[in-house]
Amino acid sequence: MNGTTAEPVPVAPTLGTGVWLHAVVAEVDPASLVGIAGIAGTPVRAVAGAGLVAVVADVPLTEYGEEALRRNLEDLGWLERAARAHHAVVDALARTVAVVPARLATVHRDDDRVVRALAERHDALADTLARLTGREEWGVKGYVVPGATPRVEEPAGGGGAGAAYLRRRRAQLTAREEGQRIAADAAATVHAALAGHAVAARRHPPQDRRLSGAATAMVLNGAYLVERTRVDAFAALAGELAERHPELRFELTGPWPPYSFVAEPAAEPAWE
Amino acid sequence: MGVTALAPSSADDPAAYQQVALVDLLDRVLATGVVITGDITLAIADVDLVRISLRALVASVGALVPPGSATGPLVLPGPAVGPLAPADSVGGPPAPAVLP
Repeated sequence: MNGTTAEPVPVAPTLGTGVWLHAVVAEVDPASLVGIAGIAGTPVRAVAGAGLVAVVADVPLTEYGEEALRRNLEDLGWLERAARAHHAVVDALARTVAVVPARLATVHRDDDRVVRALAERHDALADTLARLTGREEWGVKGYVVPGATPRVEEPAGGGGAGAAYLRRRRAQLTAREEGQRIAADAAATVHAALAGHAVAARRHPPQDRRLSGAATAMVLNGAYLVERTRVDAFAALAGELAERHPELRFELTGPWPPYSFVAEPAAEPAWE
Repeated sequence: MGVTALAPSSADDPAAYQQVALVDLLDRVLATGVVITGDITLAIADVDLVRISLRALVASVGALVPPGSATGPLVLPGPAVGPLAPADSVGGPPAPAVLP
């Protein structure tokens, strides 16, 4: 992933201001940026280079420097605030133009470095922007529905209490495996169907229930890049699939800026 | 159990403004997003960073506030969200941070 720096890392970094990258766009009307607050509360700025425009915000390195980021990214309160503030900018931009969102916590030393990055990555960024134009991301999450899995049948058989226990236990395990298999198959089927109506699709890892608060296990955490003109049809398809698969409960979220589709497909392993 | 299909958030309809579930947002802003190289990549590998963050997040889950009363100062109209999706965090890889 990242490039290297030509200069040695300073032992004692001098703190000052860095430049937080929110997103890259092909062009932007400066007037449209007025009133959009960046990650640290200050207004976002446009930095042009190589025919592209980076939308950035100045940040104090005392909070957004390497050292500080390591610490802050582990602080849920800080992380939530940063994620929401970053998203607010990306989302505002995505409503009017095609955007390549930057991953959270991409900080450059100054505008010159930003311009250099734009130049170095120009072709890939321009291709990505072209690919994303007129399209938006939708999410579909699928959760296991309790009780939709096979019932455990009380196995008959001779023997004592121990043997009966073992038979019952084996039947329970078999039923659980069967239930997991059915849920996984349904998730794969639904994902494939949705992907067929999307320009691109990928599966994020299922969310941890401790974090999502979901009552049951998630088996599908899909993201779909959909033509704006086909969003209604995509949502209708999601509804049909949900009816066809009562063994799962689905949630549809969106539209999202195309966060899940900025990396080249091969760059990240798909979660299965 | 159908899909909880929600109307896309619309700037024309304030009632449609719903806060994005943090967990969904982190899936996206941490695990994806273009990686534009900054000046110096964090020495910590992505994976390590993620793990660390995830541990800390799980540990602090008890302190979470409901989505409605988010701590973040910016509550923007985001994507419309599913039903009760309590907020919180991630599962994926994380944050590449870069710096000087």
